[in-house]
Amino acid sequence: MSKRIVVDPITRIEGHLRIEAVLDETNTIRDAYASGTMFRGIETILKGRDPRDAGLLAMRICGVCTGVHYWTSIQAVENAFGVRVPNNARLVRNLIAGSLYLHDHPVHFYHLHALDWVDVISALKADPRKAVDVAYQFTDTPWNASVEHFQKVQQRLSGFAAQGRLGIFANGYWGNPSYRFSPEENLIAVSHYLDALAMQRGAAKMMAIFGGKNPHPQSIVVGGVTCVQDIENPSRISLFQTLLAEQHRFIRQAYLPDILMAAHAYREEGLSGIGSGLKSYLAYGFFEMDNQGPGRGETLFPSGMVREGDLSKVYDFNPSKVTEDVLHSWYRGQDSLHPYAGVTDPSFTGLKKEGEIAYLDTDGKYSWIKAPTYDDQRVETGPLARLVVGYARGDARIRKAVDGLLQRGGLPATVLFSTLGRTAARAIETDLIAEAMAGWAQELAKNAATGDLSTWTPFDFAKVSRDAQGCGLSEAPRGALGHWVKIRDGKIENYQAVVPTTWNASPRDRKGRRGAYEEALIGTRLANADQPLEILRTIHSFDPCLACSVHIVDFRGRALGTYQVL
Amino acid sequence: MRVIGKREVASSSSEGFVARTGQEYEALRLRCERRLRELEASEPLNQVSLPSLLRDRGMSRRSFLKWASATTALLFLPASFEKLVARAASVMNRVPVIWVEYQDCAGNSEAVLRADGPTIDELLLDVISLEYQETLMAPSGFQAEAQLKDAVETFRGKYILIVEGSIPAEDGFGFNGPRGEGFLENLKRLSRDALAVIAVGSCASYGGIPAAYPNPTKAMGVWDIVKGKPIVNIPACPMNPANLLGVILHYVLTGALPELDYLLRPKFAFGYRIHDNCERRAHFDAGEYVERWGDEGARNNFCLYKMGCKGPMTFNNCSIIRYNDGTNWPIGVGRGCIGCSEPGFWDKYAYERPMAGANIPVPGLFELGIEKSVDILGVGLLTAAGAGIAIHAFLSAKYGKKSEEAPSSAPPKEKP
Repeated sequence: MSKRIVVDPITRIEGHLRIEAVLDETNTIRDAYASGTMFRGIETILKGRDPRDAGLLAMRICGVCTGVHYWTSIQAVENAFGVRVPNNARLVRNLIAGSLYLHDHPVHFYHLHALDWVDVISALKADPRKAVDVAYQFTDTPWNASVEHFQKVQQRLSGFAAQGRLGIFANGYWGNPSYRFSPEENLIAVSHYLDALAMQRGAAKMMAIFGGKNPHPQSIVVGGVTCVQDIENPSRISLFQTLLAEQHRFIRQAYLPDILMAAHAYREEGLSGIGSGLKSYLAYGFFEMDNQGPGRGETLFPSGMVREGDLSKVYDFNPSKVTEDVLHSWYRGQDSLHPYAGVTDPSFTGLKKEGEIAYLDTDGKYSWIKAPTYDDQRVETGPLARLVVGYARGDARIRKAVDGLLQRGGLPATVLFSTLGRTAARAIETDLIAEAMAGWAQELAKNAATGDLSTWTPFDFAKVSRDAQGCGLSEAPRGALGHWVKIRDGKIENYQAVVPTTWNASPRDRKGRRGAYEEALIGTRLANADQPLEILRTIHSFDPCLACSVHIVDFRGRALGTYQVL
Repeated sequence: MRVIGKREVASSSSEGFVARTGQEYEALRLRCERRLRELEASEPLNQVSLPSLLRDRGMSRRSFLKWASATTALLFLPASFEKLVARAASVMNRVPVIWVEYQDCAGNSEAVLRADGPTIDELLLDVISLEYQETLMAPSGFQAEAQLKDAVETFRGKYILIVEGSIPAEDGFGFNGPRGEGFLENLKRLSRDALAVIAVGSCASYGGIPAAYPNPTKAMGVWDIVKGKPIVNIPACPMNPANLLGVILHYVLTGALPELDYLLRPKFAFGYRIHDNCERRAHFDAGEYVERWGDEGARNNFCLYKMGCKGPMTFNNCSIIRYNDGTNWPIGVGRGCIGCSEPGFWDKYAYERPMAGANIPVPGLFELGIEKSVDILGVGLLTAAGAGIAIHAFLSAKYGKKSEEAPSSAPPKEKP
């Protein structure tokens, strides 16, 4: 006897996501559906505007991965105009993007994801002395690990737990048997949860140094960046470097060791490949390492595609192979179209109500997210995809980082294909980015010191904007991101974005193949069918960003479907 | 609206504040004292105590008092109120807060995590009893729904409802929870039992980006929907979290919401223009402008007006408190202001050219279209240092009084 469960809202994500899962009698997931339940229509809003202004507006697609749509949009316009930015602009953009990763990944792990692994209440039972010993098992230099500190954290927590109202911790899944950490390990993680709250402010500040503010920085323009006086001022770069060093220390002494701790406690789940999903991975490549321009030179994370977990072969990435279809999405039309030709025509067909609960109509349309395919394959994007593609390409930096962690955890490379692997990949790449950022900051300081203050490439707007099209391809923290723009007579004629969570949270495609979230849930067993903890753990391992994924539409003048929810 | 101080905005003052008399301050002080005594006697909603929190985070009493002093100034209170502000901060755990998200990008949730005032702000947000906040809360699905239900029932009529994101007119564009409840219905239901509603960010305040032309989902702000409840708008994209904290603190301190302008923005934050306190103002007055990105003027921090800075049209306290612990702000970083705390700014202000040279296709500005407005009103008026003041004073005089009487009434909308 199978049953269908609804998890809505999925919390601790950006945006509005619903998951429905079909469980068999052993509470194992046999089928799953993901639905984006909010829609804004930002691309429609972009049409007719000046392409130079698109970046700031496109950035508001998302406030969590803030900035990614900003520079990708501007890159698309620069690509259309044939404008190459000066070296300093590349460096500043890398530093702003890097700051986002340094903020976003730890916040995701500690504040959005950790409560799927960490039983906060169990930490109260921990022995602080033992916890210090445990902390030293995973690193020689553990972050903030002292008996006194752990006692303090426990005191704070017990004060909190003793009261009636637990605020954001109220009604969690505490005590669920699927939590595997010992009380001491839980205490270490809770302690870092609190530390990370303070740390993330520093990472946000790094973005503000060259971006003006965070969220939603403001210093990138078509042709370069505006923050010339912040580059010129040695104390700004120096502050940046100080903050960077502190973040890097936290990554090495807390974030990575905590991942090892999770790999230790959740080893079985990792090895049995829970949450592996599609096992086909796509990366566009990001963080330009030289001045050859987007798509030309070397990138910190290489581009490519790996199919079905086969690390022996990498397929080169070709943007023309990206298409989207809408058979199961709340839009009209069935063709698979490339984003330049993207047509979208919304048609909300509603939910099906049974008793009090509203269910998705999964035979028909059931999400505001479209179904993208690459070379007619369903793929996953994100930190794991970046590392798998880089690893398969034999990238020395990535191999060293991945092999190093696997070795320390005593784990085979196949463990990467799991929920645990996805979460670990995020931490590994954070370390890689922090290291690269130190180099970019140094280079920027050197340029400024030697009098190179060029930050912007002039262009003749009237001439280049007459009839142009271009694309910006980058990697957001959550995965491969592409913006496609067509420009005529100085105005945007068509605009399409295919974003990481469109790939990952997609519904079934026109051939009935599941999206990455849906596939990753298959075979997962719930310890308690009333508590969707294991579902959250796998879904959160993708770091969902729903506001990003749902936005593409063009329906001027057309009425919505008449279906009424409820 | 319960408003402290009854006077109208002075038409010649850009601050939007009139000095209160000594008697008024004394009455206010007594009222605050009474209010704090009541709160201190009441049961805290959580055991997060500010003094122990400060100790845990290694914050000295001295830096706490420094914060209290800065916050007193932020709220336009005299220095004699510093002790009361400090006391109010430590009883903020008597205020239940429910935070909901609709058509949003979570930028304001993220902004709160940053807490860009003095460091203490973030700690205070731990002290407030956050009963429901989807971006941070542990439970999902039915357990999340149960938590919301419990919070509403326990604190019926007492909780502050914080709204992030705009609200689409049709349910299909946004729904939430196992029952698939539309955002519009959800907001109506939750605001009914709220003490007051605070709209954070420009989307919740005025519709923001989803409501930008052509407003594909017919998105609205909170004040278009919620009637008969006090509403405070804290716009900007995202809002400055210090301003949210200021509003909550003001409520704890006085039992009333702060004085609002005609757009329902707290005057302590939105009572003056970016331009008035801009660090580049001297260059504007001297006629020294950045003429193109990265030029000699840019290297010398010249005025960004010609590069499209809308500081002269925008009311907000960015130029004073900045962002991310005062690290920087859009004018500091050489880009200029896009007017993000003004209604309809995506259609009116958010472009990198001065208003006279705007290349924007959408109608909306002053109901004439921008080029036309410039022709009729003259570049001079639009660009003069005093224009913003004059416009604000005019609108305040026209709508300010009305908004005080009927807080949820919106000013006339721009044409779509």
